[in-house]
Amino acid sequence: MLRKLPDPAGGVVTVIVEGRPCEVGPNDTAAAAALLAGIGHTRTSPVTGEPRAPFCMMGVCHECLMVIDGVPSRQACLVTVREGMRIDRQVGPRALQPAGADAHV
Amino acid sequence: MSESFDLVVVGAGPAGLAAATEAAGLGLSAVVIDEQPEPGGQIYRAVERAARGVAGDALGEDYRHGAGVVAAFRASGAVYRPGLQVWQVEQEGEVLASDGESTTSFVGKRVLIAVGAMERPVPIPGWTLPGVMGVGAAQVMLKASGIVPAGDTWVAGSGPLPLLYLAQVAAAGGRIAGYIDTTPPGNRWTAAAHLGGALRNFPYVRKGLALRAHLKGSGIPVEAADAVAATGDGKVERVRWRVGGQWKEAPCDLLLLHEGVVPNAHVTMAVGCAHDWDDRQRCFRPHLDAWGHTDIGPIMVAGDCGGIEGARAAEVRGRLAALATAAGVGRITAEERDRRAQPLRRELGRHLPIRAFLDTLFAPRRDLLSPADDVVVCRCEAITAKKVRDAVAIGAVGPNQTKAFIRSGMGPCQGRLCGLTVTEVIAEATGKTPGEVGFFRIRPPLKPLTIGELATVTPAG
Amino acid sequence: MADTSYDFIVVGGGVVGSAIGYGLAKRGARVAVLDEGDTAIRASRVNFGLVWLQSKGDGMPDYGRWTRRSADLWGPFAQELRQTSGVDPEHVQRGGVIFCLGDEEFEQRRTTIMRMHNQVEPWVYETEMIDRRQMQELFPGVRLGKELVGGSFCPHDGVSNPLRLLQSLHAALKRLGADYRPDAPARAARAEGGGFAVDTPVGTLRAGKIVLAAGHGSPALAGALGLDAPVIPERGQLLITERVAPILDVAAGGIRQMSEGGMLIGATFEDTSEYTTRATTANAVELAQRAIRIMPDLARLKMVRTWLGLRVLSPDGFPVYMESDDHPGAYVAFCHSGNTLAAVHAEDLAEAFLAPRLPERLASFHPRRFHAQKAA
Repeated sequence: MLRKLPDPAGGVVTVIVEGRPCEVGPNDTAAAAALLAGIGHTRTSPVTGEPRAPFCMMGVCHECLMVIDGVPSRQACLVTVREGMRIDRQVGPRALQPAGADAHV
Repeated sequence: MSESFDLVVVGAGPAGLAAATEAAGLGLSAVVIDEQPEPGGQIYRAVERAARGVAGDALGEDYRHGAGVVAAFRASGAVYRPGLQVWQVEQEGEVLASDGESTTSFVGKRVLIAVGAMERPVPIPGWTLPGVMGVGAAQVMLKASGIVPAGDTWVAGSGPLPLLYLAQVAAAGGRIAGYIDTTPPGNRWTAAAHLGGALRNFPYVRKGLALRAHLKGSGIPVEAADAVAATGDGKVERVRWRVGGQWKEAPCDLLLLHEGVVPNAHVTMAVGCAHDWDDRQRCFRPHLDAWGHTDIGPIMVAGDCGGIEGARAAEVRGRLAALATAAGVGRITAEERDRRAQPLRRELGRHLPIRAFLDTLFAPRRDLLSPADDVVVCRCEAITAKKVRDAVAIGAVGPNQTKAFIRSGMGPCQGRLCGLTVTEVIAEATGKTPGEVGFFRIRPPLKPLTIGELATVTPAG
Repeated sequence: MADTSYDFIVVGGGVVGSAIGYGLAKRGARVAVLDEGDTAIRASRVNFGLVWLQSKGDGMPDYGRWTRRSADLWGPFAQELRQTSGVDPEHVQRGGVIFCLGDEEFEQRRTTIMRMHNQVEPWVYETEMIDRRQMQELFPGVRLGKELVGGSFCPHDGVSNPLRLLQSLHAALKRLGADYRPDAPARAARAEGGGFAVDTPVGTLRAGKIVLAAGHGSPALAGALGLDAPVIPERGQLLITERVAPILDVAAGGIRQMSEGGMLIGATFEDTSEYTTRATTANAVELAQRAIRIMPDLARLKMVRTWLGLRVLSPDGFPVYMESDDHPGAYVAFCHSGNTLAAVHAEDLAEAFLAPRLPERLASFHPRRFHAQKAA
């Protein structure tokens, strides 16, 4: 379990982690926000379906791949939060086309 | 579109920042490209903010030294391009970097690879469970976000970093349930042979002893162990460790692992530079001359990605590389370069003698290098050590044939988290040295990028 | 130890040598397969994995028939290989398409298909041109690019997983008691004492017969055995994306989805005289651009890797099989399409190498055809 030290001068940004609002600092990464939100796993492996979560926090391991503002496969540990950012788990392999896209254009 | 510089630096840690600062001071045009939003690298992560805040006090004096490095860089006139992921470095000196939507091409007369170190992968049972992370990862969160452990957090591993992190967390008001020290007891005897070198770096030794003393006084339980495992259903719930053949366990909701750091050699590997096996540090490092030149014309290396020497040595290496660049592009004479290098080499001499002692004292244990059959080696593709051994059994006697057969190293991390383990497992199975076995051939891109972005790239070459 | 410890030495452990070695071993021959180790320039490890008929044999009808034979053999070959080795080469035969962007490509493709049909019996290819609507039916749920007008479709085309195929062949060699020697690249080969001797870093190996199937490595060994191996390298680059939920069911030249989910995009064709396998950015860009024109949604996917291999081509692009006149029992085999031809190599070609002399029906593949062309 993790907690954030109080930082009076730090400011607050609200992001939406798995649909739930969560207050974080303006310089925090999406991966840190997901960990602070306590959602447990941040993706499921496209190979085995097992739950996975950020491991290295420095852009190396690619365990933190998440859907950020609707875009899959973002390295959440390299994305700085923005007000209102939607941070969602990436479940299994992504789809070729975004949900709801018209296949016949 | 392509931007040209005398020196293109990849990485904004101490080596890269010092190199760019020195280069700019010599009148060269220099740019630093970095993945992170703020300069400092992982060692001085967020140092401009954190050094001023609550966490800064807890992070200590060595960390605050980074604020000076960053400030000198900010004042140097070198160009700073944060938030860019380098995905390709060409042998001719072009660097392609992505902001996630489009790629910029940087062309350097010299390209300095200064991408630092990464934590040595720690393949133990259960290390893929959510809630298992690197100590370095936790330290990044402390530096960048002021995040500290609050529940049943255990630290397991070996090396200076766990001790430092425990002290930092204690100072910041966080809570650690216990420390499992996996340093093999025999290492002390082999390391004793290098004590002379260590004592020449007495300030380092003093800091190390102070951290040990701090841990003793902290009341944090310390358990010596020769094996560690994480268990849990969908997340880590318990940590287990082995003492004298007996397994002990404790509740755990965050397990932080660390078994030293290794060079982040993927970039130089991908470029095609020659590498040597470093038997003491159990890793590959690029083959470098005293200035940081690789065997490929414009490509240079400084800092821990050329071999683990620590942050202070990295700064010096960066400045030496900048001097060599200035001489190489005709800005200063070779004599001038050598004259300016003299005090730097003396300084380097103050930082390096302790390495043999540290490397030997914290040499990783055998079962970590070549884990048991059922342990996952490649996290991306969920490949166990047994699969690697099975591939060897049908004649795949190297990492590339193994990769082709079982997919270890084919995932998005490009083999960063499994490469050294695969090499060690094959070496053990074939009776060869890791150096003879070799490493994955690293294919572009260094970091995944979208097909759409790729389609818009216009290479300079 | 007996001098002639093997019936056959196969030089080359790529997909061509391994398939031949497998075919010989399962017929009871004592076989050694000599290989080059981990960093070999190995086309078998870098290819697209099509089991592909519709583009093969324009100008050599026997090659068309040979390929069709292999396509037909592939199903049972894959099943048998899976049973022997425990590794599935993942053969799927649901037909395959070539995409055409714009009317000009479509007309060119139609002309080629017609010309090929006219050279052989109608049963060989059975390839037809299909329009955009038919293409959409083959790829339901996939958004097709605006320029895509249609393409050609051949029901006999399919795919394998080339990496699984090689793994499966190596595992099968082991199960069958053949000697796969990754530590024993052939340095020299010669006729000796009624058989053949091969020098390797781990000693000299001997056999009654020898097959050179070492791709780019064969020319250096061929002369001493009275064989002709006019191999020409051609660079080909591929790229693969991250894993995607299954959506592409039908194989296609240029885009296929691997069983693991990654989209494989290829391939470039570049003449080269350099034996280097460094992938280039320019190639990757070219592949990405064309792939997006065919399936625009590929643009969103992340490329995780791009790599380059060297195709093993003969001067006319068709396979070469020959037996030495000076030293009967010495053979050379090389071809571009080791994956497609793996089945026929393991069956008909292995049989042919076991026969006293190479059967006459393989005469079209003899490299004397290059000298005849020169004379004319």
